[in-house]
Amino acid sequence: MSTTLTSLAREGGGAVPQRIVNDFSLQVATANGSGSQTSNIVLMRAIFQMGIPVSGKNMFPSNIQGLPTWFTIRASKHGWIGRKKEVDFLVAMNPETARQDCLELEPGRVLVYDEPLKLNELRSDLIMVPVPFDKLVGPACPEPKLRKLVKNMIYDGVLAFLLDIDMEEIHKALFKQFGPKKVKAAELNWGAAQAGFNWAQENVKVEQPYHLERMDGNKDKFIIDGNAATALGCVYAGCTFVAWYPITPSSTLVEQMMVYLRRLRTGPDGKGTYAVVQAEDELASIGMVIGASWAGARAMTATSGPGVSLMSEFVGLAYYTDIPAVIVDVQRVGPSTGLPTRTMQGDILSNAVLSHGDTRHPILFPSGPEECFSMAGEAFDLAEHFQTPVFINTDLDLGMNVWASDPFPVSDQPLNRGKVLSSDDLERLGGFERYRDVDGDGVGYRTLPGTNHPAASYFTRGSGHNEKAQYSERPEDYVNNVDRLTRKFESIRHAAPRPEVNCLDGAKIGMVYCGTSREAGLESQDQLMREYNMPTSTFRVRAYPYPDELNEFIDRHERVYIVDQNRDGQLHQLMQLDLTPARVAKLRSLRYYNGLPIDARSITDDIRGKEAE
Amino acid sequence: MSTTAVPPKKTNRIGLEVLHYKGSKTTLCAGCGHNAVSERIVEVFYEMGVQPWKVAKFSGIGCSSKSPAYFLNLAHGFNSVHGRAASVATGAMLANRDLLGVVVTGDGDTASIGIGQFVHMLRRNLPLVYIIEDNGVYGLTKGQFSATSDYGAKSKGGALNEMHKLDCCLLGIELGATLVARTFSGDKKQLQAILKAAIAHKGLSIIDVISPCVTFNDHAGSTMSYAYVKEHDVALHELDFIPHYEDIHLEMEEGDSQDVTLHDGSVLRVKKLGRDYDPTDKMAAIRVLHEAEEKQEVVTGIFYINTQTKDFYETLNMTDTPLAALPETLTRPSQEALDEIMEELR
Repeated sequence: MSTTLTSLAREGGGAVPQRIVNDFSLQVATANGSGSQTSNIVLMRAIFQMGIPVSGKNMFPSNIQGLPTWFTIRASKHGWIGRKKEVDFLVAMNPETARQDCLELEPGRVLVYDEPLKLNELRSDLIMVPVPFDKLVGPACPEPKLRKLVKNMIYDGVLAFLLDIDMEEIHKALFKQFGPKKVKAAELNWGAAQAGFNWAQENVKVEQPYHLERMDGNKDKFIIDGNAATALGCVYAGCTFVAWYPITPSSTLVEQMMVYLRRLRTGPDGKGTYAVVQAEDELASIGMVIGASWAGARAMTATSGPGVSLMSEFVGLAYYTDIPAVIVDVQRVGPSTGLPTRTMQGDILSNAVLSHGDTRHPILFPSGPEECFSMAGEAFDLAEHFQTPVFINTDLDLGMNVWASDPFPVSDQPLNRGKVLSSDDLERLGGFERYRDVDGDGVGYRTLPGTNHPAASYFTRGSGHNEKAQYSERPEDYVNNVDRLTRKFESIRHAAPRPEVNCLDGAKIGMVYCGTSREAGLESQDQLMREYNMPTSTFRVRAYPYPDELNEFIDRHERVYIVDQNRDGQLHQLMQLDLTPARVAKLRSLRYYNGLPIDARSITDDIRGKEAE
Repeated sequence: MSTTAVPPKKTNRIGLEVLHYKGSKTTLCAGCGHNAVSERIVEVFYEMGVQPWKVAKFSGIGCSSKSPAYFLNLAHGFNSVHGRAASVATGAMLANRDLLGVVVTGDGDTASIGIGQFVHMLRRNLPLVYIIEDNGVYGLTKGQFSATSDYGAKSKGGALNEMHKLDCCLLGIELGATLVARTFSGDKKQLQAILKAAIAHKGLSIIDVISPCVTFNDHAGSTMSYAYVKEHDVALHELDFIPHYEDIHLEMEEGDSQDVTLHDGSVLRVKKLGRDYDPTDKMAAIRVLHEAEEKQEVVTGIFYINTQTKDFYETLNMTDTPLAALPETLTRPSQEALDEIMEELR
């Protein structure tokens, strides 16, 4: 039996499907470079405009054109914006993946597809809506060359009808997406969306369960990707120097930063209060950042795992010579080239101890755009105050996907530029010793080159040095220096961003995670409570070195699950270096590493399974 | 109490003595060419009256890269990682455009491990004095050939170099350096004149100093020994540097010399020696270097100078104030501006 518009097999033997409002995931399968990104963003934005909490995640290939790509939109009245494991509603546009995509759907789900794909021949337990896209696109788009691009906008109209999205919202989102300079293109696309809506209104007679209703869940929010948020954070943190080498998924961070810098940081003389250098490779990028920081600029680079690997030697130099640097690592799937367009928290362990010899580097873990913005500022303050490289580990999911974000607050605190002696200070003090731990926090005082005083200079070297920054191979000098660096790292532990802790009454089980695992972690906490009556506590690490609060959290619980988006449990492994054996014994590792953003259901199932053991 | 008058100390035009330009005691071998280069740097910076604390010194790793410790102790120094002084210096100079940057590297640093950074630095024309103390050999690791060793040169152990050499001056001219010179550590006058011109030049200066290694590359069969270089050194011209602060009336010497006015108003006078040579002619510069290799000559002098190309600060449209000195009021935009951006994204 095949399903058509009029003959439908439904879950439960033909009963009217239960209406599900503002709580489902929708996936659009297309080919890369077919213009589908615009349709998908317009769809997501229209739902956002209806006040419904929504997220959009793009699963795309490392390719310019042709390979399959999937875009998942999740609407959730509860505000759960992590990836949903199950697809409730599929739009199959790509002949290459349509059969597989169709076969993977759970029974009773909805499938909108390009009619010639004949997916109705594959299954009879889905709600199917075949759409004659090619027949509709002709009248909507007289120019044959543009039809491929416009075709995708038709499904926006079809979905608007099926899901009850107000076409006014599609119109608004569409014209916003195209901007004032592309009104003609927007009008063409608007025609296509209307064609889709009108066709659906006249021809689709099926009832399907998923619907959208206006609510008020997006007050004050705006839509932004994590990379843009980090870029804005850096601009607002007074960053003056950027050196970078293009690499997915971090390129759009610096590209957007250049746009914001031009807009926000051009002086009355028409010149920039910044420098951005596209370097020849990541070695040069970090070298320039270290040089610029050494000379007193707020300097940063953005990269991904392969770039960080190349930066290794220089990061060790900055650690050992006490030079600030901010390194944004938009993590992707490794090792090696790995899956360049998929997400992973794969660089936690390597960044924490990057470079040869004994090294330790602080890492900040933003979980959403608000923290991308705020942690950029915190990273610069930490780097300059503690005179050391600081990593910001975001990931592809956060960096390249668009998120609904609360407004960014601009800090009213002055920048923390750290212990820098001026010529007046030198006049008063008579001199200084660069690496002497005067304050007991492991951080010495520095001067900037060009400081107008004969006592200002010192010699920076990656070879062994004493407190006066003189060359030294003396065992005592070496030990003294690296022990000071250990003290410094301990000082950072107390100054780094504090964790986000959420304990439920009676919880015996804890969950620890970082970064983008937040959404899935909190949703899993909710699932475990609602579905299994299992209270749990969550602890989101916001920085490495881990805060002392982690000890207390572990002590309060019988078992603590460490949730990692990597194969080796890197967050967990790093804890094993830090914690007492008794606490380590309470830890259990959960690992998700298929390149897709982590989802709550997997965590819930795994914790349930392990707890049942 | 004695009232004998102490004779006034000799000072330069900003009132500093030569000792204010000195560095720490060298730990390089006695007779190493690099020590002569350090001495010339001390003399030249003293003579020109450069404020030492406005200088920033950079190096990579190797014998040559130790030398920034041996001159200008009153300047900040940065001995970075092997082959990467170019990037560190680039960052520092962009952070503070008021600095006078001096990079000292070797042929291993520049022509091998750091060749990537070197060639890309050449493309930018960032004002820097980039000195290569070039001895064709790895000293600290005891005598391996470097990429600037001549084809056919013999190592101390008797091995023949059968790899073609890499000419840093040719690369410099081809890729955008705006002052390119080769000199010999033993030629005091020429080295001084070139250093002075490089200090006055607002652009990237590449100075390849043939600086013999007395321990590993000073034997018969070497093409970078003192004896070989002295014998094969052919000066392209005689160089005179007339600093802007000396009020000397310059008389043109018809036909025999060419004056190049540098950015600070100083004049580089290029006097003819044997051949006609215009150092502003890029093609001539490339030709002379290729001919020198064919003739197995060590041609020295300023091959190329270009005072017209814009520098990297201009290319980047950077504000005149050093980035490191910008106040927060200029580097932190307003909440209103951010509100506007967020509204656009709503």
